[in-house]
Amino acid sequence: MSMKPVLLWSDMLILVLLALVVAGVWLLRHNETFRAPLRQVLARPLGAATALVLGVYVAIGLLDSVHYVERLPDGPQGEAQYSGEVLSALDALLTPLRERVEKTYSAPFATHLYAKETLTGPDGRQVRDYPRLVHGGAHLADTDQEFWGDVLLRGGLGALGGVIAWLLCFPLWKNRPAGRPFALTLLVTLVVLGLLVALAPHYHVLGTDKVGQDVLYLSLKSVRTGLLIGTLTTLVVLPLAIGLGIAAGYFGGRVDDLIQYLYTTLNSIPGVLLIAAAVLVVQVQIETHPDLFATAAARTDVRLLALCAILGLTGWTGLARLLRAEALKLRELEFVQAARAFGVTRARILARHLLPNVMHLVLISLVIDFSGLVLAEAVLSYVGVGVDPAMISFGNMINGARLELAREPVVWWQLAAAFLFMFVLVLAANLFADTVRDALDPRGSRP
Amino acid sequence: MLNYLLRRVLYAIPILLGVNLLTFALFFMVNTPDDMARIHLGAKHVTPEAITRWKTEHGYDKPLFLNDQAPGPGAVTDTLFVEKSLKLFALDFGPADDGRDIAREIKTRMWPSLAIALPTFLVGLLAYLSFALLLVFFRGTALDTAGVVLCVALMSVSGLFYVIGGQYLMGKLWHWFPISGYQPGLEAWKFLLMPVLVSLVAGIGDSARFYRALFVEEIGKDYVRTARAKGLSELRVLFRHVLGNAMIPILTGVVVVIPRLFLGSLIIESFFGIPGLGSYTIDAIQAQDFAIVRSMVFLGSVLYIVGLVLTDLSYTLVDPRVRLE
Repeated sequence: MSMKPVLLWSDMLILVLLALVVAGVWLLRHNETFRAPLRQVLARPLGAATALVLGVYVAIGLLDSVHYVERLPDGPQGEAQYSGEVLSALDALLTPLRERVEKTYSAPFATHLYAKETLTGPDGRQVRDYPRLVHGGAHLADTDQEFWGDVLLRGGLGALGGVIAWLLCFPLWKNRPAGRPFALTLLVTLVVLGLLVALAPHYHVLGTDKVGQDVLYLSLKSVRTGLLIGTLTTLVVLPLAIGLGIAAGYFGGRVDDLIQYLYTTLNSIPGVLLIAAAVLVVQVQIETHPDLFATAAARTDVRLLALCAILGLTGWTGLARLLRAEALKLRELEFVQAARAFGVTRARILARHLLPNVMHLVLISLVIDFSGLVLAEAVLSYVGVGVDPAMISFGNMINGARLELAREPVVWWQLAAAFLFMFVLVLAANLFADTVRDALDPRGSRP
Repeated sequence: MLNYLLRRVLYAIPILLGVNLLTFALFFMVNTPDDMARIHLGAKHVTPEAITRWKTEHGYDKPLFLNDQAPGPGAVTDTLFVEKSLKLFALDFGPADDGRDIAREIKTRMWPSLAIALPTFLVGLLAYLSFALLLVFFRGTALDTAGVVLCVALMSVSGLFYVIGGQYLMGKLWHWFPISGYQPGLEAWKFLLMPVLVSLVAGIGDSARFYRALFVEEIGKDYVRTARAKGLSELRVLFRHVLGNAMIPILTGVVVVIPRLFLGSLIIESFFGIPGLGSYTIDAIQAQDFAIVRSMVFLGSVLYIVGLVLTDLSYTLVDPRVRLE
């Protein structure tokens, strides 16, 4: 089946971001002031281990950012027709998970549906029983007899595969100083991966949701949304915070007054309310102009970008204030005074003398903000001012499942999966942020 | 002192005006009253007459800034900006889009909000500070490491997890409290205890780690060594000297939020069904009632500025070197 690549706006911005990162690393590859802290981060046990976990998430997110539409059979006049459903490389990879939809809820590893139904037995009699799942464990003839043996066999093989892959990777990290935590994290990652590869095609490892979608698939799809919110927001924050923060601190006077006024005003509005107000406005704009968006994916995408922009526009104040204070301090230091005395232009002083000296603050604050943004997405989506309700995200997963705890028996797996995926991501980001801060900020215990 | 306060009040005016202009731009220029009418009427009933009627009923039928129909000074005053935005300065919130009086709602709903926010705030401050001091007391030991790891783990958990988990455990499984709801009067404690507990647990990771970092930085200073050299017990050094000297950064983060306690917590209140200002705001957001959102934004800003002034005042209490001029 042929296909046509689709470039959503967010994909484009991801490419820009990726290009920026790659270009930055390439330009600075011989720069010792850049390499030393980086090496330090990766040399720390937690730094390397958390970077690995974050790397796995980023890989999932990037795979999920390569979009395409499938080509349908040609129309009556022989013109090309494309499906309205935008898929991604991750969808293609997870096709078995995506397409094997059950009727409704089923527990992790279940072979039968969550709810009883009236079934017609082989002898024609009607019985109330749990029907077999269409896909989960469908290869088993007798579920009671074969289930555990099958799960253990497949799981064992998968785990074994993971361990073997780990041993093959051994030469890679043998001589690295990162040490045991990294090795352990790699082992856990590979074993989990092996288990999933072995089991997920045959069972719903994390169960299914209300409309029978595989929860593992939903969780993996949510990763991109969370990462996007955490990273694209920085594209808005960076220019505002760096530009305004340094300008306020370096120029002082009227400029400082104006910029301070700006961020005091923004700060004085309760955060959630400002975001909510702005998102409501965007929502109304989207609702009143439905003709602007070709596919549903394009609409949810624009809404996501708007959310990032809003989070960025309301979230730059903290970093700006930090940079203002730093610039205030730096401009009185000898090297800046000397540059000024030599007649170096203002723009050059800002770019060559101030900016490099505040970059560590920028990096630290970006990494710290990342985890907060991932968590914020869930809360905002719950309030109804987050991403589009049709978009797969942690917030929407939690929102859709939170009332199901009242059921008997409890439907816990969708919540558990969303919280677990988020927890691992945010924990890794938090620990990574700590290492970055320790490596870049020699003062240590900065609050 | 009086001078200082006066200056702060004068300084607050341009900020509040800025807030007003911002919300006005969002709600009246980006989103015109016509858009609002369309949303509220629903797709089926949108006719030009219906929109005009809705706008007249809700007082959105005036020009934005300049009314050339009105005589004399009315050209400037009989406009949406004056009616809907400037009146907020007199705390005249007007009616919500559903017709109810916003000021009255605020007066009745602030009590349940306070009943949750105030105990959470006070107990939380006490508990987090003590916990952080405890960690500092055992700094360098396994207990400290375990505490920090616990903090990082706790702050990596989504806030929604605490709410949902708390409701499930304490409400459904153990039957300690009703899962949600509210009842005025003395019976209220049954409904209030769980939200307070959940908020306390949800906040501990962030705050305790922040305070611990403050204390650790403070404990390396000379005065601490002097205090120890005088033979003071470690507990006394921590609770009197270190805590006292770390007060300024603590107050910076803490005092600002005190006035805002009235507004309650959006998430906690709506999850636990508390009829406070937080859930009022959430309902307004979900119903797209812009009049309420506008009022709450303004009120929030006013309370924030009050908080900033209070912060400065509190500095003079804990540090005699600070003078407000």
